[in-house]
Amino acid sequence: MKRYDLIVVGAGPSGLSAAIEAAKRGLGVVVFDENEKPGGQLFKQIHKFFGSKEHKAKIRGFVIGEQLLKEADEAGVEVVLNATVIGLYQEKEVVVRIGEEIRRMKGDAIIIATGAAENMVTFEGWTLPGVIGAGAAQTMMNLHGVRPGKKILMLGSGNVGLVVSFQLLQCGCEVVALVDAAPKIGGYGVHAAKVARTGVPFYLSHTIVKAEGDECVTGVTIAEIDDKFQFIPGTEKHFDVDTICLAVGLSPMSQLLKMAGCKMEDNPRRGGQAPICDGYGRTSVDGIFAVGDVSGIEEASSAMIEGRMAGIAAAEYLGYIGKEEMEESLKSLDQALDGLRQGMFAPKNRGKNIEKTEEGIPVSASLLKRGFVAEDEIGRFPGVTRKSGVHPVMECTQNIPCNPCQDACPKNCIRIGEKITSLPVVDESATCIGCGMCVASCSGQAIFLVDEGYGEGCASVTIPYEFLPLPEVGQKGVALGRDGKEVCKAEVVSVKSIPAFDKTNLLTIKVPREYGMKARFFKKEVS
Amino acid sequence: MDARIKEHPILGEPKKGRLVKFTYNGTEVEGYEGEPIAAALKAAGLMVHRYTKKGHKPRGIFCAIGRCTDCVMVVDGKPNIRTCVTPLAEGMKVQTQYGVSAEPL
Amino acid sequence: MGQVNDRSRDIGAFVEAPDDDMVICRCEEITKGEIRRAVHDGMFTLTEVRRYLRTGMGLCQGQTCAKLVKGIVARELGVSPAELEPATSRAPMRPIEMRVFANEAKEGE
Repeated sequence: MKRYDLIVVGAGPSGLSAAIEAAKRGLGVVVFDENEKPGGQLFKQIHKFFGSKEHKAKIRGFVIGEQLLKEADEAGVEVVLNATVIGLYQEKEVVVRIGEEIRRMKGDAIIIATGAAENMVTFEGWTLPGVIGAGAAQTMMNLHGVRPGKKILMLGSGNVGLVVSFQLLQCGCEVVALVDAAPKIGGYGVHAAKVARTGVPFYLSHTIVKAEGDECVTGVTIAEIDDKFQFIPGTEKHFDVDTICLAVGLSPMSQLLKMAGCKMEDNPRRGGQAPICDGYGRTSVDGIFAVGDVSGIEEASSAMIEGRMAGIAAAEYLGYIGKEEMEESLKSLDQALDGLRQGMFAPKNRGKNIEKTEEGIPVSASLLKRGFVAEDEIGRFPGVTRKSGVHPVMECTQNIPCNPCQDACPKNCIRIGEKITSLPVVDESATCIGCGMCVASCSGQAIFLVDEGYGEGCASVTIPYEFLPLPEVGQKGVALGRDGKEVCKAEVVSVKSIPAFDKTNLLTIKVPREYGMKARFFKKEVS
Repeated sequence: MDARIKEHPILGEPKKGRLVKFTYNGTEVEGYEGEPIAAALKAAGLMVHRYTKKGHKPRGIFCAIGRCTDCVMVVDGKPNIRTCVTPLAEGMKVQTQYGVSAEPL
Repeated sequence: MGQVNDRSRDIGAFVEAPDDDMVICRCEEITKGEIRRAVHDGMFTLTEVRRYLRTGMGLCQGQTCAKLVKGIVARELGVSPAELEPATSRAPMRPIEMRVFANEAKEGE
């Protein structure tokens, strides 16, 4: 039986991060992953991440994945793929299936980073081909280059449902509706808004009655539900779809920890059965750590920090570093993690009804119900100002831990301040040069450049645009409002795509002046 | 092959292996070497991977990452092959699985 | 946990429901009605239900249905799902052919 200082199970963001920190401190580390490729779900994440610089904000998930793999390689981490850990026994004995063989190993320390499994809901026809998990959709389109369907209905308005809906639109699918049984959208408002402005309708307090079809999905019926989750007769709506995508939450894949005898709890705030562990991932069993989604559902950004912390704590546990060195190393990570766990969507706020922002501004009710901030609400947010000349309009209305916009502006027009969750404010004394760096830097695609004095009674609106084909200068079409409805005719006057924008193209459209604060998306006229 | 993404706004052109032929219930189908069998079937518009043992109900891709085992088929004579995580190879014989065999129920 | 396991507790009679034929365990094709009936047959724990019906014992090993079954059993017992002990976790965590399971690599290879 081979012995390792540290065995990590799972080569996703948290497992790799843990392995890197441990290996850097001299531990012999092996990482087992049952998949063909490392990186967990990171390589399916094609959007820019939130956070600040230290959290790798505004970098796309798959790029973070590449960076992590490189770092792991440099640190001398051994990653074994197609290696399924099938058991974790007493004395930290790990049994792994590699190829056609079973191997037994012993780890002096074990870090479990097995991630999460998708939750499912049942409805008539839910086993039909064409009903798929949101993860399956991401896998098919972003890893394998195959569209999951032509016409798709998404169930679930958490960040997964919102982000995957946008990704479906990006690869050319039609999303006919975004449905959630909850009365309010669960994910970030900015993720919802970028889907809503393309014209996808949101149906909150609705769920699926049935999937239709004999051999595969040909349609779906949804209906409104009351506060006891019962269908309200007469509210049924039918959609012709070939695919139904389910994004109804994640549960920790914690079976190995339970098998190893770690104390567990069933905690809905952590997504279900999770090990009881301290701030550095230490479980009730000495030398066994749990990090990432398996220790409570969160995001990849926090999973990576948790992983690093546990890697350091494992080094201390095995005596590779002293307590003082550990505490010193953990200090900045503690701060970084704390930064991510702030704001309206912080784990501590889950399930709470938040009515006002940290600044005391009433939150947008329309955003939570329909996916977009209503016209009579948008003006009350500090990033939304009107002045002559080109200037940023930041439709960022919820306190989330994210601040790349303030560093993006070379003229310091944008201020968030010390608190990473504060809403961005326009500094009226600074002069915007219309470079668009803020537009491209906003992971939520919530920043627009508006010039209400563009000339000839027109306004110009610069929007982030991540679709193909990219419209050309001179192209005429229609401008859509925040609600995805047509507001006026529009003409493309500029298209900017420079490497610094990292694939977020900047599309500037010309609209009649009165629509400068309304036009938020561009659609080619259907010929 | 309508379902194939030719160019993606963020990911560019999908990186694929060489185009190979395989059979689906005896019919020749094309796919890219190394991609999951399920991706090649999906691109060819083939949705039903198997019929269940008890209820004889159709099933297809569900999780696409090898967890749910709903997409299993008979591949080269072997049943219960998870097509979403099994790489496609030239000349593979892929068959609808009925219960646990390739014989219709 | 003790209360959940109290077999003298009256959980009432089995009442048919319109969605009883809904498949819950996709692998073993076990329906909601079968699971609910199992509870009334005296299967109060998830491990018992699993052995009685084979829910979660098919190819996927309960990856998809574990949480769904838990919810149904809890509801039938009139308790919160969090009060139910999850079914035992044991090796092999993933389905594996017997010939591989029995094929242990030799030392030093």
